[in-house]
Amino acid sequence: MATQFLPPDWPGNFWAHWAVFTVIILVFLLLTVMAFIWFERRAMAIMQSRLGPNRAGPFGIFQPAADALKLLIKEDVVPAAGDKVVHWLAPVVAFVPVMMVFAVVPFQGGALLADLNVGVLYIVAISSLTAVGIFMAGWSSNNKYSLLGAMRQVASVVSYEIPVVLSLIGVILLAGSLSLQQIVQAQEIPFILVQPLGFLLFFCGALAEINRAPFDLTEADSEIVAGFLTEYSGMKFGLLFLAEYGEALAISAIVTTLFLGGWRGPLLPDWLWFLLKVGAVFFFIVWIRTTVPRVRIDQLMALAWKFLFPLALINLLVTAVEILVWPDVSLWLLVPVNFAVMIVLVLLWSKLFKLGWGRVNV
Amino acid sequence: MTTKTTREITLPTEPFAVNIGPAHPSTHGVFRMLTTLDGEVILNMEPIFGYLHRGIEKLAEERTYGGCVPLTDRLDYLASMSNNLAYVLAVEKLAGIAVPERAEYIRVIMAELQRIASHLIAVGAFLNDCGAFMTPILYMLREREKILDLFDMVCGQRLTYNYMRVGGVSQDIPEEFAPALKKFLKEMPGWINEYEWLLKENEILLARAKGVGILTREMAINISASGPVLRASGVEWDIRRADPYSIYDRFEFDIPTGKAGDCYDRYRVRVEEMRQSLRILEQALKDLPGGEVRSEVPHLIRPPAGEAYSHIEAPRGELGFYLVSDGSIAPYRFHVRAPTLINLTALNDMMRGWKVADLILIFGSIDICLAEVDR
Repeated sequence: MATQFLPPDWPGNFWAHWAVFTVIILVFLLLTVMAFIWFERRAMAIMQSRLGPNRAGPFGIFQPAADALKLLIKEDVVPAAGDKVVHWLAPVVAFVPVMMVFAVVPFQGGALLADLNVGVLYIVAISSLTAVGIFMAGWSSNNKYSLLGAMRQVASVVSYEIPVVLSLIGVILLAGSLSLQQIVQAQEIPFILVQPLGFLLFFCGALAEINRAPFDLTEADSEIVAGFLTEYSGMKFGLLFLAEYGEALAISAIVTTLFLGGWRGPLLPDWLWFLLKVGAVFFFIVWIRTTVPRVRIDQLMALAWKFLFPLALINLLVTAVEILVWPDVSLWLLVPVNFAVMIVLVLLWSKLFKLGWGRVNV
Repeated sequence: MTTKTTREITLPTEPFAVNIGPAHPSTHGVFRMLTTLDGEVILNMEPIFGYLHRGIEKLAEERTYGGCVPLTDRLDYLASMSNNLAYVLAVEKLAGIAVPERAEYIRVIMAELQRIASHLIAVGAFLNDCGAFMTPILYMLREREKILDLFDMVCGQRLTYNYMRVGGVSQDIPEEFAPALKKFLKEMPGWINEYEWLLKENEILLARAKGVGILTREMAINISASGPVLRASGVEWDIRRADPYSIYDRFEFDIPTGKAGDCYDRYRVRVEEMRQSLRILEQALKDLPGGEVRSEVPHLIRPPAGEAYSHIEAPRGELGFYLVSDGSIAPYRFHVRAPTLINLTALNDMMRGWKVADLILIFGSIDICLAEVDR
């Protein structure tokens, strides 16, 4: 067991705790997002056989800082016919929930702002609020591309949200708690091994939630020219951009906490394990982005309703039965069983469902 | 009672017009599509172009026959060599000029290299339009650079070559060209396999491109489409085979065709054509004879009064030049049969009923170059 970076009850007093962790989350979020932007650009550049940012500082590491500075001093243009209040409010509405998600994410044992006993529910509820901000941004811009992007966002939210929630219930059943802290403590082995299908479904839905390839249709660069972001400039754009990467970071943190065993790991300090795992998940997201083309909106909805949703229900059923029948069985025994279930189900469903089948009118 | 409730909760919707272009990342230039959308579905699409009109056909009437070659560079700037070739063939036909054997081979080598370079851009841009974030096109640009280096070697230019001359080519290929081309020919099949390995059977690409934007065989023939667009619709028509120009009757190659005429077939046809071009290049390099590269042609060509039409299989289709001479040093009429403009005519029929995302895909799969459409 690695040494605790901080004592569990640190810094003691409620208000001190609140203040310290708020600052930690803010700084962590801003710095990590900048680091991840740099990381993504460099990683993508290597995958695409080019160099990537390499001028500002060693390996271009100050490139995000330079970009942020540029955004800060840029003129902030509001469309003349747009809804100015909503246009102003949208980046805030999009960004705030992203930060709030981190309130319940444990960076290591005990190191979190609030150990809510409804943590997972809180995350699911809060993280889907970002969609409201994005819709506001698209609507208030009074731009047809933005409106298309906003419409796509709303259409995809109703599709992916249900499978995402259902696939999380398996984890909750295994851990017996909604608190993220206790879920991590329950992971004798990472739940990705016990809940492989749940992880797969959650990750698919999460990619749609954070507008990442192959589900980046809300901002589809080659189709609707960044969608809801089209009319944004200056720091408002910066905030939306930050919200987007913050969401990716939040999803990486949630995947780490729920499926990869959170801060748990040998040798290295706990918080470092947490960061490494978050980085690994983010790298995987970047990897997917550089690899696959984009799906169409109706295909995303078909995928969510015909593939993710039924499989999430079956996964929930299987997990519930397992817990009911073998309440005291070792988690290791569930690993092969659940992997077998996943392979059978996915193979079966890929026979029943093909991405290109049937056209759903949206 | 139930119907009434349904009617009450049905929101009234109306189609709305969206301008896609002229400045849009996926219009490959300055093309404007005035679309009428019902939600995401395209009800109608009206193409508007001419933003890049430079009056090349009129400009050419003020220039000598030799002086028009640089103008053809500016038609389809992704396939300048092919444009050069098509034009000089037309002048040679008009004036009855013979071309040395070596020059013919060099022309074929350049035209086929240009076809590969152009298809690399076409396929890469198509996959980029699918949303494969930059990766395929950057891989393909990497190899296109090598072709541009080869062109750089022979004529010092990388985009507008001005290499072909009436009666031959401007200069002989340098010594280092043949080994460099051999190296390229050895490596390129592996790279093409790499592109195939990237996305060929990708489930998302299949879902997006298969059955989308179908151009039926009948319609393709009716609009006189040509090039990969026509061949993807199942018509085995390649001017290199159907009406051999230059020395194409000496080479062995297949004409890849598609079946359905959808976006995926157009993509497949282009990739296969790259392989066939490599075959032609190998044969041409093997048989490359020595000798002159340019026949004795007067500086100012005065073809006899008359007219000539010459066409070649350019990367994007049948590129034809129609020249009318009145016996002077400048063409009386200089007309370009631009393949991309004619391939575009079916755009509305191919797009109607599909979604905005498909519109980009269909447009990308036709592979146009606006400099040639607008001239």
